[in-house]
Amino acid sequence: MPELRDLYQEVILEHSKAPRNYKEPAGTNQRAEGYNPLCGDRFTVYLAIDGDRIREIGFQGAGCAISKASASMMTQSVKGKTKAEAHAIFEQFHELVTGHSHAHEAELGKLAVFSGVSEFPVRVKCATLAWHTLEAALEGKQEKVSTE
Amino acid sequence: MSVAAAVSLRERIAKPLVDVGFDVEKIRADFPILRTKVHGHPLVYLDNAATSQKPQSMIDALVRYYEGENANIHRGVHYLSQIATEAFENARETVRAFVNAADTKEIIFTRGTTEAINLVAQTYGRVHVGAGDEVLITAMEHHSDIVPWQMLCEEKGAKLRVAPMNDEGELLLEDFEKLLGARTKIVAVSHVSNALGTINPLKQMIALAHAKGIPVVVDGAQAVPHLKVDVQDLDADFYAFSGHKMYGPTGIGLLYGKAALLEAMPPYQGGGDMISSVTFEKTIYNKLPHKFEAGTPDMAGVAGLKAAIGYMNAIGIAKIAAHEHDLLEYATEVVGSLPGVRLIGTAREKASVLSFVLDEVHPHDIGTILDQEGIAVRTGHHCAQPVMERFGIPATVRASFAVYNTRSEVDALVRGIRKVHEVFA
Repeated sequence: MPELRDLYQEVILEHSKAPRNYKEPAGTNQRAEGYNPLCGDRFTVYLAIDGDRIREIGFQGAGCAISKASASMMTQSVKGKTKAEAHAIFEQFHELVTGHSHAHEAELGKLAVFSGVSEFPVRVKCATLAWHTLEAALEGKQEKVSTE
Repeated sequence: MSVAAAVSLRERIAKPLVDVGFDVEKIRADFPILRTKVHGHPLVYLDNAATSQKPQSMIDALVRYYEGENANIHRGVHYLSQIATEAFENARETVRAFVNAADTKEIIFTRGTTEAINLVAQTYGRVHVGAGDEVLITAMEHHSDIVPWQMLCEEKGAKLRVAPMNDEGELLLEDFEKLLGARTKIVAVSHVSNALGTINPLKQMIALAHAKGIPVVVDGAQAVPHLKVDVQDLDADFYAFSGHKMYGPTGIGLLYGKAALLEAMPPYQGGGDMISSVTFEKTIYNKLPHKFEAGTPDMAGVAGLKAAIGYMNAIGIAKIAAHEHDLLEYATEVVGSLPGVRLIGTAREKASVLSFVLDEVHPHDIGTILDQEGIAVRTGHHCAQPVMERFGIPATVRASFAVYNTRSEVDALVRGIRKVHEVFA
């Protein structure tokens, strides 16, 4: 049976209460908005891109603890990374939260706390909303990203 | 909370159970799904506004239909077709009596409330609403009573007007009356709000609209399971509801319409059963109610619906209403007094629905934690996004009650919310 504590780990709760990089950073030159119509979660991800590198990243919005913590920890993990590196982290993260593979837990570092999400399939969209929004921002897409 | 308020709360909670005249445990035994265990806990099903659970007698009716009565209706001379046709038309009479319509020809079987409302919008609406006209709805409508009218208005160049509500979730009747104008061609309103539980002053609203010659379409999906509905007493022009929210099967719903209006309306869908003769040059449409029932209907669904109405009638709708009212009052007290809880929808007249939010915790997280305790609630916008916007929230947690729910299930909900507090402490 899935355990609540596997989902709501201390680190996740802490990030949801005090999200990091919760702002529009100076020098933002790309942004995207993500929306989950099922639960009303809504985030904007801001990027200050320097060449191929994410120099600064921030986010703002409203959502559940999982989506907010995921957004917060995402900003920490991709800051300073190249577009390709950020994309690769998302792929590993996606494998983890969908339960397809736990092979990259070590590489994911702190993000591995989201492994419990795979026991709660309806919450996968919460954990990935900010990431999909990041992808859209990286690609410079104009339309709003929806999880539906 | 003041001391006096706390004392009176304790007194009210200590009040003995209302004698509703039936044994809830016996009722529960009629619903096989209530024996389900969820994550090791007994299922506490509080998502009845989404869909109710089904009594064995209703399930048996579906099986009986397929085992002993199945044949296509209104067309065969053979034995089974006659049996099936008779059962189908008997069920229409059961529905007529249930909502006290004047005639069975005013009872049209649909797939559900949504299809019933779309039927009216696409037939009556397309004939009577033109450019510059208005359709008046309310701020508490479900998407199914917004979008069909929006589509109609867009097609016709008409305007959708919205009657506002107050912070308690009660319709502002004076504003409603002011919005009834010379260009208003249709009023569409829910009898009971699915997101807030508000019971609208429907009879009064209909009288106000009729004083200006405007017909009223009622979304009764959340009312019929919980209140005695008398379409003639209300003087409703159209009244739509669904079987699956009133202990019946999914996929069957009803449209009541006044005969004179239905007679004058063009058909909705074309096909078999809705015609009396067809040539390539001209088709003569069938008489009511068949004119609006193209194609082979959901005959098993109709059999199940008849059984569901039989089940409700055997208990008595007044007793069901009294029991649910007791649960709602109790839940309002005990959930409403928990720290951090804000009730959304505190109208004086309510049915079945307790919607709330919790400080600092998103409804989606609450839903997951309650689910771990075996408690099924709905979290989200309840297909009423404008209602959420009105209250400035993305979503709520909604507990909604049915005849088989108990005060101890409300207590389980309270323990579940305490658990949420623990996890997020």
